[in-house]
Amino acid sequence: MKNKTAKEPLMRIAKRTDMPVKQSVIIRAAAVVIALLACGVTIVAITGGKVDFLSIYSEMFEGAFGTARRIKITVRDTCALLCLAVALAPAFKMRFWNIGAEGQALIGALASCIAVKLFPNMPVAPLLLIMFFFSVLAGALWGIIPGYFKASLGANETLFTLMMNYVAIQLVKYFVVLWEKQKGSGVMSTLTTGMLPKLFGVDYGWSIVIILILTVLSYIYMKYTKHGYEIAVVGESENTARYIGINVKKVIIRTMAISGGLCGLAGFLLVSGTHHLVKADLVGGNGFTAIIVAWLAHLNPIVMTLTSFFVAFLDVGTAKIASACNLNDFASDVVVGVALFVILSSEFFVNYKVIFNRRKKAIKEGE
Amino acid sequence: MKKIIAVLLAAVMLFAFAACGGNGDDKTTTGAEGTTASAAVADLKVGVILLHNETVGYDENFINAINAAGETLGVKSENIIFKKDINEDSACYDACVELVEDGCDLIFADSFGHEEFVIKAAKEYPDVQFFHATGTNSKIVNLSNFHNAFASIYQGRYLAGVIAGLKLNEMIEAGTITAEQAKMGYISAKPYAECISGYTSYYLGAKSVCPSATMTVTYTDSWADLALEQEAAKKLIEAGCVLISEHADTDGSPMACENAYAEGKTVYHVGYNVDFTDIAPKTNLVSSKIDWTPYFEHIFTAVAEGKDVETDYCGSLATGSVILTDYNDATVTDAMKAKVVEVKKGLEDGSIKVFDVSAFTVTLDRPENQYVKAEVDAEGHLTSFTADAVSDADFTPDTESVIDGEVAESVHRSAPYFNIIIDGIEIV
Repeated sequence: MKNKTAKEPLMRIAKRTDMPVKQSVIIRAAAVVIALLACGVTIVAITGGKVDFLSIYSEMFEGAFGTARRIKITVRDTCALLCLAVALAPAFKMRFWNIGAEGQALIGALASCIAVKLFPNMPVAPLLLIMFFFSVLAGALWGIIPGYFKASLGANETLFTLMMNYVAIQLVKYFVVLWEKQKGSGVMSTLTTGMLPKLFGVDYGWSIVIILILTVLSYIYMKYTKHGYEIAVVGESENTARYIGINVKKVIIRTMAISGGLCGLAGFLLVSGTHHLVKADLVGGNGFTAIIVAWLAHLNPIVMTLTSFFVAFLDVGTAKIASACNLNDFASDVVVGVALFVILSSEFFVNYKVIFNRRKKAIKEGE
Repeated sequence: MKKIIAVLLAAVMLFAFAACGGNGDDKTTTGAEGTTASAAVADLKVGVILLHNETVGYDENFINAINAAGETLGVKSENIIFKKDINEDSACYDACVELVEDGCDLIFADSFGHEEFVIKAAKEYPDVQFFHATGTNSKIVNLSNFHNAFASIYQGRYLAGVIAGLKLNEMIEAGTITAEQAKMGYISAKPYAECISGYTSYYLGAKSVCPSATMTVTYTDSWADLALEQEAAKKLIEAGCVLISEHADTDGSPMACENAYAEGKTVYHVGYNVDFTDIAPKTNLVSSKIDWTPYFEHIFTAVAEGKDVETDYCGSLATGSVILTDYNDATVTDAMKAKVVEVKKGLEDGSIKVFDVSAFTVTLDRPENQYVKAEVDAEGHLTSFTADAVSDADFTPDTESVIDGEVAESVHRSAPYFNIIIDGIEIV
């Protein structure tokens, strides 16, 4: 009663965990639509109204699906992102903040190139196998190192994995200098062997197949295996895990080996399937974008196919608009950023409810 | 209720501002249809692949040249398609194919690392003409539709160096520095022939008028990094360099010079590709520049008329490809300009040679020269230099390049191959 004269806030926010699946799907679908609208508004604003609102969407669609080749590229970019997101999922599920996917993939890519340089005359099939193992091992090593220090010394894994990215970048720069095309140029020639055979008429066909299989396996691993269960328990509470007899240290190191190894595999696919070379910016920030992709999907590998597709679609689509309107890459980055911001915001409405005090008052008065 | 209205108002204003900002940026290049356009050129569709975008001097230089050439010849501005920020990996190949599908008749890429991906596309699309600046492989792959191009920018660097040397002389005469303190600083992107040839010719230009000049070179290992370039310039100025020049793509070094000048230091700046007088009105002297407009006019016309283009084209002072930008009248005197006119005439008639072997000496056993295959006489003047003019994986030196008492740069191929660090230049 003494609050009666005090001004009540306009609204208050309460945590909720009871939202029905159907409703949360609707909210997220609405978020996608609003995100696309926001993209449209942003593009119109950036181009100063040079493109009209509706043609933006047809251009984006055209850019991503206009020809058979563009569809393949969109799928390729989706898979490049998906592979890293899938790799991150087990670590995040364990509440291990692995922000080193960029470096783990890069070191994997470097390992593939080293394999090719070591065995230049080997037939392609065994060479690909060796590249595969080199990459996975290198990536796993890049995951195990911070995993070990976290598990045994409690070292901060966020900083550790981040710093490992820079170690990988410097190593790549060193090797590129050894292999460069013209002395001092810092550019290496593309590899002449160690390429995946073509599938669906493109040299990244196998990459797509491998990543899709991996996604399904990862889903099964996380959801239906003992390992997956252990990861989930360690993530929820290390003490509980210890209490029920899980070897926490082992789980952390093993999971980081898997997470890093899968990132290394992504590096192998980038080298053998797409670029045929290594350079410091080969992964191109996908290691970080994959973090958002993974979280948007609530760490569910199957849902990640959708979220990574959405981000890849925006990337390809806005690149097409940028080219049509003579804009640069910054413009595409802004648009993708706006879209992700809107979609991340929608999670707020799934996890919280907003209660307006006026309505409550009205209800009270009604009573 | 008031709060809701406030929030809504804020949102509306935000969008309004966004729209205003957009309109402000709207610099369309309309009305490009010239009267001299031949029918074929008017229908030409051009694709351009850029490593960066218009905010970086190197790429801006290409954009301006292409637009200028297009305007002169009457290529419709909507028929020039730019692909910006294209990495030196399969993204470049993708961009090529995209441009082919858009119906481009000719496709141009501007960065060294683009080359292999352009070649890959050129092999798959023999009906489209591909052009690549700064590359080294057109004579080797020998495709009828793949062409390299560069310009003898060392001539322009030499002229800019003459201005720099004259400025040093002015400072020596004024008593600002002694002859021994005539130290220049140079910020270079990468330690390879294109950069080495550039700073050597610049240094030789300065030395030709100011014999006591020395130069310190520092590498940023990045083509465009404003902070790195600014920092590098600052360090050079602190180390006593009184004149800074650069071969990198941002405004970092002129900004650093202008700041140092404002703090009371005497320092001047010579640029590359971009006129920096706006950015550094007190310290900028002049920039050497490759003007690609003549080349673009040449290839646009040739492709439109179905004529062959040189496999490896090298622009020069004579073709108008190598120029100096406008002088900064606040820092460059008429006497200096007159001297440049004289030297330019000498370069054109051959009486002055940039890499005249008698003008410089070389210490072959310094570590930077360990891969150089050359011979010197007792005084250190070059008698033989075998350049790696034909690219191969092992950098095999293959072509004798000391011809008639000079190192014949950009003769065996358009992209530079002079990669000797000469005496008087120190690398840090």
